[in-house]
Parts: sequence; C-alpha cells; structure tokens
Amino acid sequence: MARNQEFLWRRLHSLLGVIPVGLFLVQHLVINHFATQGPEAFNNAAHFMEGLPFRIFLEVFVIYLPLLFHAIYGIYIAFTAKNNTSRYGYFRNWMFMLQRITGIITLVFIAWHVWETRIAAAFGAEVNFNMMADILASPFMFIFYVVGVLSAIFHFANGLWSFLVSWGITVSPRSQVISTYVTIGIFVVLSVIGIRALVAFI
Amino acid sequence: MAENKTVRFIVTRQDTPDSAPYEEEFVLPYRQNMNVISALMEIRRNPVNAKGEETVPVSWDMNCLEEVCGACSMVINGKPRQSCTALVDKLEQPIRLEPMKTFPVIRDLQVDRSRMFDSLKRVKAWIPIDGTYDLGPGPRMPERKRQWAYELSKCMTCGVCLEACPNVNSKSDFIGPAPLSQVRLFNAHPTGEMNKAERLEAIMGDGGLTNCGNSQNCVQSCPKGIPLTTSIAALNRDTSIQAFKNFFGSDQV
Repeated sequence: MARNQEFLWRRLHSLLGVIPVGLFLVQHLVINHFATQGPEAFNNAAHFMEGLPFRIFLEVFVIYLPLLFHAIYGIYIAFTAKNNTSRYGYFRNWMFMLQRITGIITLVFIAWHVWETRIAAAFGAEVNFNMMADILASPFMFIFYVVGVLSAIFHFANGLWSFLVSWGITVSPRSQVISTYVTIGIFVVLSVIGIRALVAFI
Repeated sequence: MAENKTVRFIVTRQDTPDSAPYEEEFVLPYRQNMNVISALMEIRRNPVNAKGEETVPVSWDMNCLEEVCGACSMVINGKPRQSCTALVDKLEQPIRLEPMKTFPVIRDLQVDRSRMFDSLKRVKAWIPIDGTYDLGPGPRMPERKRQWAYELSKCMTCGVCLEACPNVNSKSDFIGPAPLSQVRLFNAHPTGEMNKAERLEAIMGDGGLTNCGNSQNCVQSCPKGIPLTTSIAALNRDTSIQAFKNFFGSDQV
C-alpha cells in the first residue's frame, strides 16, 4: 500500500459504514418488518426487492464492495487496538471496545446470513417467508440471529456517532453528548424493528 | 502510634531496556505530606526492600516537582499521572508504581518519551518567524483567544494521554492525542496560521489524526485538563476541509 494513504482509507471506511452500508441496513430492517403483517406481505416486499432493475449492479456497488472494504479494513482497525477498559472504565472507552466486538460479531453473522440466503438463492433456493421461518425455527439460530441483528444495529448506531466526530460535524463536547442520546435512540428504534421482524417468523 | 506508621510500595522494576520486569516491595516510615517522589527519594537514601535485603535504588525521572514538566509521569495504582503531585495520603495502599509501558522502558520507572518529541517535529509544532530581514511585528491575537489558547499550551508532553489511549501501542503508528492538540494550538495563532496547511497535511499522513478511535480516554486522563477530544474533532473538521481543498481546490497555496 502506498505511503500516506491511511487518511484516505480511514475516511473511506468511515463514510462507507454509513453510506451505503448503514443505509442498506436500515432499508433491510424496514423491509423485514413486513413479516409482522404476515407471510404474504413479506414475500411481496422481498419479491419487489428481487425484481429491482440492474439488481446485480445494485448489489455489487451498494452492498458487496462497500461492505467487503468496511469489513476487511475494520478487522485491521479492530486488531490494532489494545483495549483497556479494566483500567479506564469510561463510557466512551466501553463504546470503543463494543464497537470493535460488535463489528467482529456482525461480520461473522453477515457471512453466515449471506451464505444461507443470498448464496443459497444463487444456487436456486427461493428466499421467502418460509425459508426464514425454517431457519429461525431452531432456537440456536434464533438466538444467533438476535445477537447478530443487535450487534449490527449497535455497530451502526455507535458508528454513526463516531462518523459525526470523524468528519468534524460534532466538535463541541455538548454536541457529542446530544449525538450520543440521538444514536442511543436510533439503536432502540432499529432494535425494536429488527426484533419484531425476527419474532414474526416464529 | 504515629511514629510506627508505615507506607507500602510495590514497584515494578526493570534492570535494562531488554530484561524482564519484576516487582519489589518497600515499606517506608510515614512522614506527613509525603508524595511518591519523596518516597522514592527515601528508597534512594536507604535502598532496602521489604524483606530487609539491600537493593539498588529505584530509577525514575523528575525535574520541576510542580507538575509542569511532565518528566515524572508513571502509572500509580493503575492510572498514569505525575508522581510529584501524587500525595501518599490520597492513595490506596499498597501503592503500586509501574512505568508507562506504552513507551520504551529505560530502567525501572524511567521511560523514553522521544517519540512524542519526534511527533512534535513531524507536525511542525512551532511558529516560523525567521526571515532574511526583519519581518516586523505579526498580526495581533485577540485577548479572549489568547486565554483560550493558553489552555492548549499547558501540554507538557508528559505522555499520560498516549498511555491511556487504546490505539497507541506497539501494533500501531498512531502519534497520539498530545501532538494533535498542538497542531490546533499553533494553527490558532495568527502567525502560526500562515502555515496551517503544512501542519494539517502532516497529521493527514500515516499514523496521524485518523488513527483516533474516539475512546476519549485522553481527555479523561489529561492532568492539565486540555480538551484533547475537542481538539481532535476540530482537526477532523479542518482536515476534511483541507482534503477537499487539496483535491478539488486550485493550486493556490
């Protein structure tokens, strides 16, 4: 890697986490929420998404490439930190550590989730309400999905907070405190949406 | 009663930069208003450990003895701070002294903080005023701004913020919060501002500003109460603008 490229890579990592990956997460959770209105509503929504024109390009440029870069560079960031919450048990230091832990959990979860749904679809399986109901019928997988979804939402909400700092949008301590409350709110709202959808499948 | 009162110290020692660290315990007679440095001086005067064995005096750095030079920083009961202002009466016993291991240990509690001074050079933490002729007086600084900048100028390069930062370690090149905040200080000065872009570009290099992971331990730990995380966020804004200028702007300096 060329020298002095780190600023670019880090800022790109921060940007891609929100646009488009974070936005995709929100959209995905909202579409899933159709499951609470019954199998038919969910299947219609899923088929609408599947039927979007230029689907493979949308997937590659809005999801796969940004997500892969964010994930791979994120692993590097996570493993260059030396967590020290036992010595410095401050709120933000805990968030710092949780951001790294949830990032790794989310990565494992997404890898499995993509294998089980999108890659299965590429091999001919149909992604619909029944598929998810079958997966979530196993209590182990249900817990795995709950943990994965909550990790992803936490990582997004807290990442949004640090995105605002990293780009110099929230500079004053007060604005950073307020954005903490706002991102906690985002975490709670998205968690309710995500968990409601998961519960709807069982 | 009072004359028998003692103070227990557990000191992490290391004989050479490469040898393994070990702990040694000391029990000292209590004196009023003792601080960690006066205790270390007592050990130096009578280098006998808690087992009654004669030992080598503990090595440590110190200079001003009034928390303005930063030399005597060490980890005291788990927190990095200056040993000159660490009063024995206010510390839980046994008092544990360790070197700040983020830095290379020279011996015992003595560490090499050179990397911080190298970083200050790298980010050009000074104001160039020399010319081939008398350049005359620089622009004036508003008093209110001077008072604000004074807070940032209190940094004594003590290394506590680097020690507290989870992203400053042997696996990363991060220069740490202290030199970053100095960039904000010198960029705020009316004359220093003339070289603003140079400093911003220096911290946009590898190991620079973007290595901050926002754990905000630095601002919690700084003995001088410097708003380090505000400095970092402000520099994030400045470098965002600088990056935009560098890419989309004209060739005007």
